[in-house]
Amino acid sequence: MSVPTHTTPETELYRRMLLLRRFEEAVGTSFARGEIPGFTHLYLGQEAVAVGVCDGLRPTDQITSTHRGHGHALAKGSDPAAIMAELYGRATGLVGGRGGSMHLYDPANGLMGTNGIVASGGGLACGAALAAVTRGTNDVAVAFMGDGATDHGATHEAMNFAAVLRLPVIFVVENNGFSEATPLAAHASRVDLASRAEAYGMVGVQVDGQDVQAVAAVAAEAIGRARSERAPTLIEAVTVRYHGHFEGDQMDYTLPAGWGAAGRDPLDVSGARMREEGVDEAWFHEVASEVEARVAAAVEFARSSAWPDATAVTDHLFATEVPR
Amino acid sequence: MNKVRVQRHTLRDAVNSAIHTALAQHDDVIVMGEDMAGGAGMSSYDETGSIGGVFAVTQGLVGRFGRGRVIDTPLAETALMGAAVGAAACGLRPIVELMFIDFLGTCLDPIMNQGSRLRYMSNGATRVPLVVRTTYGAGLAAGPHHSGSYYGMLAHLPGIKIVVPANANDARDVFAACVDDDDIVFFFENTAMYSKKVAVTEPRTLRLGEADVKRSGTDVTLVAVGAMVGPALEAAEELAGRGTDAEVIDPISVVPLDLATILSSVRRTGRLVVVDEDNPHCSIAQDIISRVTSEAFRDLRAAPVHVAPPHVPVPYGPVLESAYLPGAPDIVAAVDRVLA
Repeated sequence: MSVPTHTTPETELYRRMLLLRRFEEAVGTSFARGEIPGFTHLYLGQEAVAVGVCDGLRPTDQITSTHRGHGHALAKGSDPAAIMAELYGRATGLVGGRGGSMHLYDPANGLMGTNGIVASGGGLACGAALAAVTRGTNDVAVAFMGDGATDHGATHEAMNFAAVLRLPVIFVVENNGFSEATPLAAHASRVDLASRAEAYGMVGVQVDGQDVQAVAAVAAEAIGRARSERAPTLIEAVTVRYHGHFEGDQMDYTLPAGWGAAGRDPLDVSGARMREEGVDEAWFHEVASEVEARVAAAVEFARSSAWPDATAVTDHLFATEVPR
Repeated sequence: MNKVRVQRHTLRDAVNSAIHTALAQHDDVIVMGEDMAGGAGMSSYDETGSIGGVFAVTQGLVGRFGRGRVIDTPLAETALMGAAVGAAACGLRPIVELMFIDFLGTCLDPIMNQGSRLRYMSNGATRVPLVVRTTYGAGLAAGPHHSGSYYGMLAHLPGIKIVVPANANDARDVFAACVDDDDIVFFFENTAMYSKKVAVTEPRTLRLGEADVKRSGTDVTLVAVGAMVGPALEAAEELAGRGTDAEVIDPISVVPLDLATILSSVRRTGRLVVVDEDNPHCSIAQDIISRVTSEAFRDLRAAPVHVAPPHVPVPYGPVLESAYLPGAPDIVAAVDRVLA
């Protein structure tokens, strides 16, 4: 088959990555100020993965995400203001203030949820893919997960399930070197995670998770394989997590020497390439102002939004009101 | 005079026919699980002769509806249930089989943390029209890993509907409502009923949340769940012979629970016995007793009694298993207590 390549200009991918970066920085600030309650896990450093993979997806393609999922939601097309308002717990939030960081749902944009349960996305993605096959939509499903989730039985079950039923699922492992605070070599029997694909008879590929062009190209190929051959793929994107596991984690632990992604910022990798290709500084300033204004507006929208009505606490358990 | 030939069927026949109807009526219904076709494609089986699951409930479906809609899955319940929830959230109406409810532990997360609360967490934007067919119940010497009931465990989780039909006819009559429902419905099939032939009755429309009064009476209210409805009716017959008129209520669905019908009966009889073969602690039966006691305390003329197995796993051998499972004599004894 011909290998599809991504066609989006790098300027657009850069703009999207910058939105993820500035959004998460703003979340960190609001969280530190006590304006965002609960637990939060930031996607800082991993932006090229979500942006590169989602570049090849349609709104009707489904993704499952993780506890570190704001970046996936943004990259899939959810409204930054609605996500921010959700993190603030407001009525205007993506799910009306009842979900928060780890429970963002946006079916209209193909977001089957960020998720508070590690490794739960693989099975859900298989189901989305099965629905696409049954209904003949030619849509695909992507299950994002961290390296920690590859240890979990649910992930292994889902990979085998997708392979044996020939489902158009792309498993994207964002290997940032840590399962919470446990380093890769201490939690995984084999650290070349892409090699696990072989056990399930699917294509496995490792990619530089700091290079959005590389991720987008690998993803486009996997998405093409899923659409045309109903074949699943495992992509391991090697990346780096700038903050601790959660906001508040002091991260008194460091990546092992030689971690390829360390010290390579996805915005710098793209920025350098674009500058070489002649994009001028004025463009970078313009994009920075535009993105910063968008994020500031999202924060302002969230802050000024009303809290949900307390009576909403019992809404939407069942399709219709029933005696319980 | 012509002799009327009574048609008889089993729970297996009833559910098989109900699934046929669901697949024929809805393009978005699929059937998925271990061995749902089973053996199809092997030289020893043609498509219609596939085994159709360990209890043969799905036999014949693949021949009529094809591999695209009758899907054999790996023995991997976490992936199966996760995929079922995901497919339901993306527009299908899957009917999946969890071979025994005892296997719930191998697939609880997709049910507990995902499917049951997707609608709530998504602020109503996602529906999960999923039927999970499963088997339950002691009585076949199937031992501690194949005889449990556990609907009480599921009832503890918000967002799951639970149907426990008492016989083949009710199973046939309520199945369509489960398939049409836009929420997760667990449909409990009693293993001991699969091969038991009963007379076919006229179809009726049963709805979730509407209890069925199986026998009207004035002296005591017997609420019995699923396979315990049979022994409760037997007990009621015996009690009638002794001058006690028992009302027997079958909730049909334990979630949603038709508490109104139970309360109205207890307000008339003043006495309540709840019969349930699920583990007794923190159970549906205890919940019914607690709610009736709170709502109708002044109408009760005796403390309610719970007829249940002991709070232990289901044992294997016939002596231990029959010591475990409640029967009509236990129910009669319980009624004697509330009448004393």
